Amino acid sequence: MTPFAQLLERLVFSPARSAKIALLRDWIATRPDPERGFGLAAISGELAFSAAKPALIRALVAERTDPVLFGWSYDYVGDLAETVSLIWPAPASPPGPAPTLPEVVDALGKVARTEFPALLARWLDSLDASARFALIKLITGGVRVGVSARLVKVALADHYRIDVNAIEEAWPAVTPPYLALFAWLEGRGPRPLSADRPVFRPPMLANPLGDGDLATLDPTDYRAEWKWDGIRVQACASPGGVALFSRAGEDITAAFPDVAEALRGLHAVLDGELLIVRDGRVAPFSELQQRLNRKSVLVRLLREFPAMIRLYDILFEGAEDVRSLPFDERRARLEAWVARVSPLRMDLSPLVPFQTWDELAGLRAAAREAGIEGLMLKHRASPYVPGRPKGPWFKWKRDPFVIDAVLMYAQRGHGKRSSYYSDYTFGVWTEEGELVPVGKAYFGFTDAELVWLDRWIRNHTIARFGPVREVEKTLVLEIAFDAAQRSSRHRSGVALRFPRVNRIRTDKPAAEADRLTQVLALVENRRDAA
Amino acid sequence: MPPNPETWLLVRPEGLYCEPADLFIDPARAVPRALITHAHADHARPGHGAVLATPETLALMTRRLGEGRAGLSQQPLAYGESLDINGVRVTLYPAGHVLGSAQILLEWRGSRVVVTGDYCPRPQPTCAAFTPVACDLLITEATFGLPVFRHPPAEGEIARLLRSLAVFPDRTHVVGAYALGKAQRLIALLRVAGYDAPIFLHGALFPLIEVYRAFGQTFGDLRPATAADKAALKGALVIAPPAAIQDRWARRLHDPVVALASGWMRVRQRAKSRGVELPLVISDHADWDELNATADATQATEVWVTHGREEALIHALASRGILGRALSLIGRGEEDEGGGPETEAVEVTA
Ligand SMILES: [Zn+2]
Ligand SMILES: [Zn+2]
Repeated sequence: MTPFAQLLERLVFSPARSAKIALLRDWIATRPDPERGFGLAAISGELAFSAAKPALIRALVAERTDPVLFGWSYDYVGDLAETVSLIWPAPASPPGPAPTLPEVVDALGKVARTEFPALLARWLDSLDASARFALIKLITGGVRVGVSARLVKVALADHYRIDVNAIEEAWPAVTPPYLALFAWLEGRGPRPLSADRPVFRPPMLANPLGDGDLATLDPTDYRAEWKWDGIRVQACASPGGVALFSRAGEDITAAFPDVAEALRGLHAVLDGELLIVRDGRVAPFSELQQRLNRKSVLVRLLREFPAMIRLYDILFEGAEDVRSLPFDERRARLEAWVARVSPLRMDLSPLVPFQTWDELAGLRAAAREAGIEGLMLKHRASPYVPGRPKGPWFKWKRDPFVIDAVLMYAQRGHGKRSSYYSDYTFGVWTEEGELVPVGKAYFGFTDAELVWLDRWIRNHTIARFGPVREVEKTLVLEIAFDAAQRSSRHRSGVALRFPRVNRIRTDKPAAEADRLTQVLALVENRRDAA
Repeated sequence: MPPNPETWLLVRPEGLYCEPADLFIDPARAVPRALITHAHADHARPGHGAVLATPETLALMTRRLGEGRAGLSQQPLAYGESLDINGVRVTLYPAGHVLGSAQILLEWRGSRVVVTGDYCPRPQPTCAAFTPVACDLLITEATFGLPVFRHPPAEGEIARLLRSLAVFPDRTHVVGAYALGKAQRLIALLRVAGYDAPIFLHGALFPLIEVYRAFGQTFGDLRPATAADKAALKGALVIAPPAAIQDRWARRLHDPVVALASGWMRVRQRAKSRGVELPLVISDHADWDELNATADATQATEVWVTHGREEALIHALASRGILGRALSLIGRGEEDEGGGPETEAVEVTA
């Protein structure tokens, strides 16, 4: 346990990412199998135990220490695992050799519940203080040192001079202690592949189109697509199974059995946007949210919020990896595949034809349809490269909507912001001259603006309800948002998507703020209204 | 029947006072006659009249405080030698804490009292080794008087430092170490571990290194860190006073790994709050087990605690039938472990 304890200790005190990577590389280079794999799994949370509850640890230490001294020590140190690891009175001669990390992992997997306290006490007797600390953190599931699974993969990639995405692809095929992975990385074995399991491939991402970017780009080199306001997904269908992954690689198949069913029997890896579509119309994002984060799905939800994928790229056709082909060729493959297979719950995201950037800008400005966030520009020759390469793909978001609203209520924030009034409810004027709340904004302002707003709110409070303050209706905030939707849950009848404080308009009298009719005019989903 | 110690050893605002000998031990302010255990700032104050201490302590005090400020008159007393002062027999024994550090044995009318000063029972290459001295009353420190403080072997901490130099070969390792005692001990430990590259020192460390050298200590190749350029310090080891490791002085080093050598580094929150990337648990004080073992070894029936976490030690002594008393002497702190605001660096350069 001592080498692992020392690694933990160094990681805890090294905030820099580069230092963490160097420490992980040293661990990979110097520790034997299976210790190194178990160590990497433990610090990145891929190997978690909950063998011991804090109460057991407390009981063990209570048998061996004076309660008064323990109490003073715990007060001083402040952390139970650390206090116990330091105060534990090790016997003059240890009861046996100190357990190694693999021995601990192995024993945790098979020890009987009733024998565990005695085993733990013997381990604690034979370890030094920092190894005791590592052990207690490990068995209580609390190894947190700011190292993600991704960082472990980056360190492996750095160490073995290999593309991190190759490791990412092999990852689902291996489990701790990753013996097959190390064998492959060290040229001792084949590349781990999970033929019977769908595998996530890191997607290609776009950069936001910057201010002078268009001037440097040739419009004949780029293809345009609508940027859909759904969830980017990777649909994997193979003979061994199907899966739907989010952009970050999270498996969201269980929440979308309707889409998963449509994938069954196919063989391809596809890139597209998950949307709720009814009668050919894309529903607002809020409806897609009804389907998210569910482990199982009610039949009613499936019927009311039918999901589908709007396809825009193909990574694998059958078993063939087509990612290195240019965009135009992949597009042709995708179109042919859709025509041939006619998959259910999938359609093609159309290309948006254009000749000049001005023409495209006009199309972008005119697009007020629900579900469209803007445009994507993709270089005609671009291969599908994981990550966010600079240049081949751009996202050109629609300009946000902007309204001037009046601050009505403020509430304290959470966490770091808990001492500030940082949640703002704002409203606009009805025809009757009444202010009606239309939304809440929590961000968009700078730290300095937050301090200013907080002071303004404290000095202009007219009533308090618990954590909420009602303020004088005199401060105008310029609010930006991405879309406005009909909502029966809001008194104003409208809900704003992604509202944020753009500017504080101390220059504008509250009476000149916007009217509800102006906001309603921006509502997209007229289907409900009609 | 020997006299009760409370009749001849008194706690006065200036500090611990031995009435029959008419002298103060490690007084917190200037007094006519002072007996000094060791040269740390919280024990050796400036401006006393007569000062009695080991020759090493007198030399270190004079270098730290300046000529004339370390006692108008100085009287050296070597380890193991005795001196009679108005019927009080004074003998000094090594305390193992820093060069010249002494325990004081006071004998008066059949009563034996030992004042430990700061002490460290583990043998160190840079000062004479501590041995427990039998007494009726032990007056002890308790800097690390909580059972969470059990110092690991210093050799293991040095190994971690050397390992870090191997893992981060391009980064300068800057180790905070108190200028008197810790810095010299750290260098000696590194040399014993086989590290023979030049070690770079903050300028404030040299004056006391010279005193150690005058008493026969050798440290190998030591160079001023301030004169060396940034590139030369790549991958090198720099030792600086604790106050310097977080300031601009350290930031101009090459992507430094900030380490701190102190017993307080045992507790994570201490290391975190000082922004330390490599905490090294190296202490010049007795740890919890050693405080208790020493009290037992002296066979004292009564223990007074000068400073530190006295309540826990007194509680533990009571469970073994030893009477404890907290003196809570003012002006004693953690500065010689790098925990307090005052540092040697400021004093030496000032
Ligand atoms: Zn002290
Ligand atoms: Zn001291």
